[in-house]
Amino acid sequence: MRSTLAIFRRELASYFSTPLAYVFIVIFLASSGAFTFYLGKIFERGQADLQSFFVYHPWLYLFLIPAVAMRLWAEERKAGTIELLMTLPISTTEAVLGKFLAAWVFIAIAVVLTFPIWLTVNYLGDPDNGVILAGYVGSLIMAGAYLALGACVSALTKNQVIAFIVAVVVCFLFLTSGMEIVLAFFRNWAPAFVVDAIAAMSFLTHFSSITKGVIDLKDVIFFGSVIGVALYINVAFIEIKKGA
Amino acid sequence: MAAMIVLSGLTKRFGPLTAVDGVSFSVDRGEVLGFLGPNGSGKTTTMRMITGYLPPSAGSVVVCGHDVAAEPLAAQRLIGYLPEGAPLYGDMRTGAFLNFIAGARGMSGADKARRVGSIVERVEIGSVLHQPIDTLSKGFKRRVGLAQALLHDPEILILDEPTDGLDPNQKHQVRNLIRDMGHDKAIIISTHILEEMDAVCTRAAVIAKGRMVFDGTPNELEQRSAFHNSVSIRVKSELAPKLSADIGNVAGVARVEAGETVDGVTTILAIPADGRSIVRDVSERVGESGFAVEGLHAERGRLDEVFRQLTASQ
Repeated sequence: MRSTLAIFRRELASYFSTPLAYVFIVIFLASSGAFTFYLGKIFERGQADLQSFFVYHPWLYLFLIPAVAMRLWAEERKAGTIELLMTLPISTTEAVLGKFLAAWVFIAIAVVLTFPIWLTVNYLGDPDNGVILAGYVGSLIMAGAYLALGACVSALTKNQVIAFIVAVVVCFLFLTSGMEIVLAFFRNWAPAFVVDAIAAMSFLTHFSSITKGVIDLKDVIFFGSVIGVALYINVAFIEIKKGA
Repeated sequence: MAAMIVLSGLTKRFGPLTAVDGVSFSVDRGEVLGFLGPNGSGKTTTMRMITGYLPPSAGSVVVCGHDVAAEPLAAQRLIGYLPEGAPLYGDMRTGAFLNFIAGARGMSGADKARRVGSIVERVEIGSVLHQPIDTLSKGFKRRVGLAQALLHDPEILILDEPTDGLDPNQKHQVRNLIRDMGHDKAIIISTHILEEMDAVCTRAAVIAKGRMVFDGTPNELEQRSAFHNSVSIRVKSELAPKLSADIGNVAGVARVEAGETVDGVTTILAIPADGRSIVRDVSERVGESGFAVEGLHAERGRLDEVFRQLTASQ
């Protein structure tokens, strides 16, 4: 537990010791603002809520979270520090958890910094802040799922660019698996339960109710399971790679 | 005394390549084992298996009673390890890095501060405590790597080429450090620098193409040399042929070789028949002959020659 904490602290500090953290936060805030005000037309909707803010999160995360996740393991492999890390008396699970939690907290910091949008709607109207809080919590849980997938991909390579691109593709598949464009491809030949299963994996479907302020337990369990399974695979990847 | 590190039949295969092939040896407390071998002979792979970074394909490593494959964490707690090239988190500052290692090794509070403080003093890195590691010179980086390995005062030290890339002063410093610690720890250092053997090691293990080809003391290694106990004499060039003939008749001298000539002084080398000491007989004969010699000394053996002989024949 203490070693997980040590890794967590080191990782979180390392985001801020390079320009990465600041670049990421600025781009995240600027693009989430742009999406909300221009594409989401938050003013024109005339409603005091943040639905037009949250609805773009799955698409923002698609590119920004793989950018955070790509360095998690690939950088360690490239610099050879993974040998240092793996010969400390720390289990692979502790290391995976420490790194994941640090990146998750870092993303949470970026998400929390969007609070001026929340202040704006509160100034202009009288929103249901419970719904907004639910939106933030749901958005963070989904971010965790993206992150766990990205960390898992990063464990396989020492090239951060490859880690980024593959993670974007994997996240894109999860994101769009509920859309007709993907499902139509399977519907022609796959049995109905397969199509349903693929549709059920969609981040968009699970997130859509969260943006309306409804945190359904099954959505939380879904994202939680994605995180759990991806981190489990992450540990396995590290262990398998060790043997080779 | 019980052996602290025991390797038995340690083997590592990468696909069709056998990098380490049935290596067995043990290291006791108070021993400094010099692990010698050409580049690519399997030194680093062996060390990675001892420290639990790589799982062995066959055989085992037991560290103070803990099998590294079965209880990696228990073994790793007892080991201080300097990996090849001393990889470090370059974006961290030296102090923060050492605090991270201390935290990861489960230290906290006053104990952590005391240990970090004492190791900083010991390897003399106090002046770079607040510098990012990326900006340090190679010597400082290596010392930070050593500090990281020594932080928890481990029973066992595994150092992969600890003096690689250091200048002679830094090498001297690192060797002193290793020698000081040698009394109460079991230490393995890998190197391809032969002078290092004499300088710090109490035992030598030579590996070539993944197989052990020698295990003994550095002295025994020197005895393998054809030049062990040979006597070199420096004498004016015009006297050299006569003196060579004289010495050639001394009992125990197998042959006499003429070496290089510098500034009119030739070095001649008397090689003993079976490695026995001939220096007394030879110097007596030189005295009787009445020739004025510029210098005379007994060679202990040429490690580089033994090294080539052991590792090239494989």
